[in-house]
Amino acid sequence: MSLTRVAGERTLIALTLFVAVALLAAGALDVAFAQGGAFTARPAAPPPPPDGIVGWILAKQTSFYQDFSRIIRAAKTDGSAVWTLLGVSFLYGIFHAAGPGHGKAVISSYLVANEETWRRGMVLSFASAFLQAFVAVALVGIAAALLNATARQMCDAGRVIELVSYGLIALVGARLIWVKGKGFLREARSLSRPLHAVGAAVTPPHDHKQHDHKQHDHKHHDHEHHHDHGHDHHHGHDHDHDHSSAWGHAHGPEPEELAGPGGWQRGLSAIVAVGLRPCSGAIIVLVFALAQGLFWAGVAATFVMGLGTAITVAAIATIAVGFRSAAKHVASSRSGYGMLALRGIEVGAAFVVLGFGALLLAGYLAAERGACF
Amino acid sequence: MKRVLRTLATALTGLLLAAGVASAHPHVWVTMKSTVVYGPDGAVIGVRHAWAFDDMYSAFATQGLESKKKGEFTAEELKPLAKVNVESLKEYDFFTYAKVNGKKVTFVDPVDYSLEFNSKDTVLTLTFLLPLQTPVKARALELEVFDPSYFVDFALAEKDAVALMGAPAGCQFNVGKPQEMSKELADRLAAIPPSGQIPDNSYGAAFSNKISVKCP
Repeated sequence: MSLTRVAGERTLIALTLFVAVALLAAGALDVAFAQGGAFTARPAAPPPPPDGIVGWILAKQTSFYQDFSRIIRAAKTDGSAVWTLLGVSFLYGIFHAAGPGHGKAVISSYLVANEETWRRGMVLSFASAFLQAFVAVALVGIAAALLNATARQMCDAGRVIELVSYGLIALVGARLIWVKGKGFLREARSLSRPLHAVGAAVTPPHDHKQHDHKQHDHKHHDHEHHHDHGHDHHHGHDHDHDHSSAWGHAHGPEPEELAGPGGWQRGLSAIVAVGLRPCSGAIIVLVFALAQGLFWAGVAATFVMGLGTAITVAAIATIAVGFRSAAKHVASSRSGYGMLALRGIEVGAAFVVLGFGALLLAGYLAAERGACF
Repeated sequence: MKRVLRTLATALTGLLLAAGVASAHPHVWVTMKSTVVYGPDGAVIGVRHAWAFDDMYSAFATQGLESKKKGEFTAEELKPLAKVNVESLKEYDFFTYAKVNGKKVTFVDPVDYSLEFNSKDTVLTLTFLLPLQTPVKARALELEVFDPSYFVDFALAEKDAVALMGAPAGCQFNVGKPQEMSKELADRLAAIPPSGQIPDNSYGAAFSNKISVKCP
């Protein structure tokens, strides 16, 4: 690995961390703004039309959506308009997903709670976005196109799907709390015992902590960016060298958690939990396309929208994975309590997932209004 | 390739960060006209709204409805949908907020409602009278229409958006379009306590379609 590459990756990590913190802050604001009405009896104010770049993005996203109607109409006579439709759908997907949504929050929390690779973060993001597009197409295709259901009936069906999705999110969260809580307790217990006794079980106790601290730092930077190539392998590597100091033996559940078919199954549950709920916008566009006799164009637009959405969610997932590995990096450079703190973060993230599921289920948090009112 | 992707993702994130604050955005557009209705005694009875939905939402809302002529709907055929619409408006406070002489007033369930489908523009218009709980003589009436969650974007029609019906002589109305967000306003908004309790002056007024009527 060349020197410049290392420097570049460090910058990237620093940038990712910075963005993560800023995003969290923005997210908090966002929730305060968007959900303000949900927690108070009466809405405070309509959403502010912001100025500057934010206003521009918002205006763009809104105009993309409004363009759908014009473009789909045009596509009836001019086939080339379909390309415009796909382009606009893609951009709309990217911008649309940037709004507040439980999906992104759940996926990032899931990634923080689990030690997931960047690649798996990507798979989660893309799979859930495509599932979302698929559900919208299936719903409109079956209900409207085949059964000629009314908007109201589709909304009712949507509501059922929504509840299942929220329930699944809560279940995924509960399961995470169970697994991560055990890890946390184990870590806490191992701390209350003399450290060397624990260490002895894994590696011979010696002045490990001190002696290669600097080197250790460098190595770690290398590791960060190998996540995508061969994470599992590096894991093993980590355990052999660095861990006895900070990780104690609390990393017990980690490798089994991650690898193997079991891990993918749990990943699948997160994908389904998040991706099950179709986007109201996509449903409206699909029904409109159907009414115009161009259902297939609506289907293509929905999947391209999904691609755009996936890219946004993937960007956020990248931050989550970056945050997680940075936290781990910090944790493993401090003995004992650093690991405990990391386990604490995991449990906290698991609670966030459960919290989202429970609040959505109870109706305290509205993800997005159903298309009917 | 993966590195490029990742860098791209990070760069994109910066953009999203900006967009993150932009939060929700509408899926339904309503072009509205509102008439303030007065009783014979000069008291405000309520507001008659006429809300025209955008063509995409109109297509969505009419999906699966039976009609004699394909692509066209009579008021009769739309009656059940109109009923469902006005009934569910309650959940959203009818998107209508009003103050009479500086005090908040409450609306009750809409009456005299209908849906109309314009087959030329393929636009659905919902018309209803939104009565005040108790008619009240209003020297100053402030009326705002907006969706706090911004799923629905309300905009006053360009022409004849506001009218007064049976108003006492000398009553005049004023229409305020949504105001641009300013630094000062943003600061004041940021100062709203988490409890959601709004200090005296209505901040909402800055963003919504505000109609004010003054009578002597």
